[in-house]
Amino acid sequence: MICCGIDIGSVTAKGVLLEESKQIAGAIRFTGYNAGNAAETILQSLLEQAGLKQEQVDAIVATGYGRNSVNFADKALSEIICHAAGAHFAVPAARTVIDIGGQDSKIIRLKENGQVTDFVMNDKCAAGTGRFLEVMARALGTDLDGFGQLSLKSRTPAAISSTCTVFAESEVISLVAKGEKRENIIAGIHASIAARTVALANRVGVVPAVAMTGGVSRNIGVVRALEKHLNLPVIIPENAQLTGAVGAALLAQKGK
Amino acid sequence: MSKKDFKKSAAYMESVPKMKKIMRNYYLKAKYARYLGRKVAWITSGGPVEPLIAMGIIPVYPENHGAMIGVSRTGVKLCEVAEGMGYSTDLCSYARADIGCSAAGGGPIGGLPKPDMLICCNNICGTVLKWYEIQARKFRVPLFIFDTPFVHTEFTKEAKTYVDRQVEDYIRFLETVMKKKFPRDKMNVVGKRSVEAMRLWQQVLDTATAKPAPLTAFDAFFHLALIVTLRGTRTVLRYYRFLLDELNRRVENGIGMVKTEQYRFLWDNLPIWHRMRWLSRTFAARNAALVADTYTSAWCGTVDHIDENDFLGSMGEAYTRIYLNIGVDKMAEKVLNMIDKYEVDGLVMHSNRSCKPYSFGQYDIRRIVQEKRGLPVLILESDMVDARKFSEAQAETRIDAFMEMVGQK
Ligand code: SF4
Repeated sequence: MICCGIDIGSVTAKGVLLEESKQIAGAIRFTGYNAGNAAETILQSLLEQAGLKQEQVDAIVATGYGRNSVNFADKALSEIICHAAGAHFAVPAARTVIDIGGQDSKIIRLKENGQVTDFVMNDKCAAGTGRFLEVMARALGTDLDGFGQLSLKSRTPAAISSTCTVFAESEVISLVAKGEKRENIIAGIHASIAARTVALANRVGVVPAVAMTGGVSRNIGVVRALEKHLNLPVIIPENAQLTGAVGAALLAQKGK
Repeated sequence: MSKKDFKKSAAYMESVPKMKKIMRNYYLKAKYARYLGRKVAWITSGGPVEPLIAMGIIPVYPENHGAMIGVSRTGVKLCEVAEGMGYSTDLCSYARADIGCSAAGGGPIGGLPKPDMLICCNNICGTVLKWYEIQARKFRVPLFIFDTPFVHTEFTKEAKTYVDRQVEDYIRFLETVMKKKFPRDKMNVVGKRSVEAMRLWQQVLDTATAKPAPLTAFDAFFHLALIVTLRGTRTVLRYYRFLLDELNRRVENGIGMVKTEQYRFLWDNLPIWHRMRWLSRTFAARNAALVADTYTSAWCGTVDHIDENDFLGSMGEAYTRIYLNIGVDKMAEKVLNMIDKYEVDGLVMHSNRSCKPYSFGQYDIRRIVQEKRGLPVLILESDMVDARKFSEAQAETRIDAFMEMVGQK
């Protein structure tokens, strides 16, 4: 059986094709302003990679903010349940999943069988999300690639006390003006994301093993900062950005 | 749906137009009070209204007005007026809307009639103290503050003496402002009616123990207005008897407000007035009925502490013990009782930016509910009036995830 999962996030759209439990295609692109179009392009690219026609796909589940704009999907499910399914598949030992995406962060608690027992999401604030990092990168005049590696060089992370993105940005600008080392500033930014995420996670309680998914998991600096704040190792599944899409595809399989 | 079809549908209730008429008349009377030779008092939602009714004073509730502002979606505009005057966006949106409306007019009924006096009871929050002081200065009218000590664990003897003395002060205040003697006989009648109204209101809410529930919390939010504003009058008794009859008939005939009721939830905190329809549809579309809530039951929750033969002697205690004036453990206890009584499958909590006393402690209550009943809990962030604090897409994702979680069970 061939199943497809499409995850339309606020920043990026992701998709995978699974044949049973084997991934046979994967795609990522920017969502842009038209979620429906993004989903269509992703699907075409997946089919091309796998050399399949759409009729050969048995079931499609859409998730993410744009889930209801994916017309060709059989079903739309929330990103909570999809991330949980994807994370459980990749890291069966995971009992807590931290997902930090472009515009929200969420913590999901799982049972042994992968069922969701509780979740919490950030409120209507970009602090502690991918967007926060983007704004900071702009304030530093760099791009996000290399942010992670750079921050690992820092010995004395700068203190960023504001949790508000806008205030934190002006803090960063004044740190730059004071001549603070770039790696220290970036490390400070990562620490502030970690602190905020862990505070959120404590609302549902953190139980090991902890897995992390979503685009921000590619930033090793944030991962290390989280480990420090949690005092626990954080496992990053391969292709962590695709976790939601994989989960959607798995749930599509289950639904058939 | 045409009007005729709607009248035949399960969502239609004869009580609704009746209620609308009563409220319309009530506000008309309040607005023209001056021409009727009546005095108007503004009073907080948890305030002791019965002595006003006994005195023939028309009570007006800025908070009820705030709810109407929320429903009519004029809240953001009025809040912005207040913010322009220098009030913080963190201030309760009822206060902001009221201050904005008294300064610039507007809102669904063109503002409230000017008060002749203000009655402020801080059993609901501390915000009302400053809010009423500001309005007392603006309108240059006397203000009475009824101060209710917080009930952390128990209601002490000292607390009782303290509030009972204020009941007497309150009566003297009314006598001075009205320049006439307080009618104690009339007070007995009003007190008895008020107690009966509270019992009726509880019975109304209790019809939701039936499956399917003949009304949801969204309906209760609507029918609530009378027990808040006019308890102690005969109108309220007549109306709630009529409503109760209609609901009982619905129960007998198995008519539920959510036709496909499969899941039952308990709501916590004030309604999100500007998204009532959206929320009720979103839940109904997922076969879920919010059958009860902690908010509307607050107006009858302390009826057992009232001695109907000595209303004035017992009302101090009853007004002090209300839901927002007790410790978190006690609140959790009430929530657990409601969970059992209405046999719900989960708890939906509105984390309300405006109402700090209601929203503070919600995470503790949530933990207690999860530990003691193992039920899933959803937290929705919003504000009862200020629509800028709400995002439909975010709320929908959370509701979907919550429903999937409930469905897994
Ligand atoms: S803070 Fe809460 S209790 Fe106080 S007036 Fe506002 S909504 Fe009512």
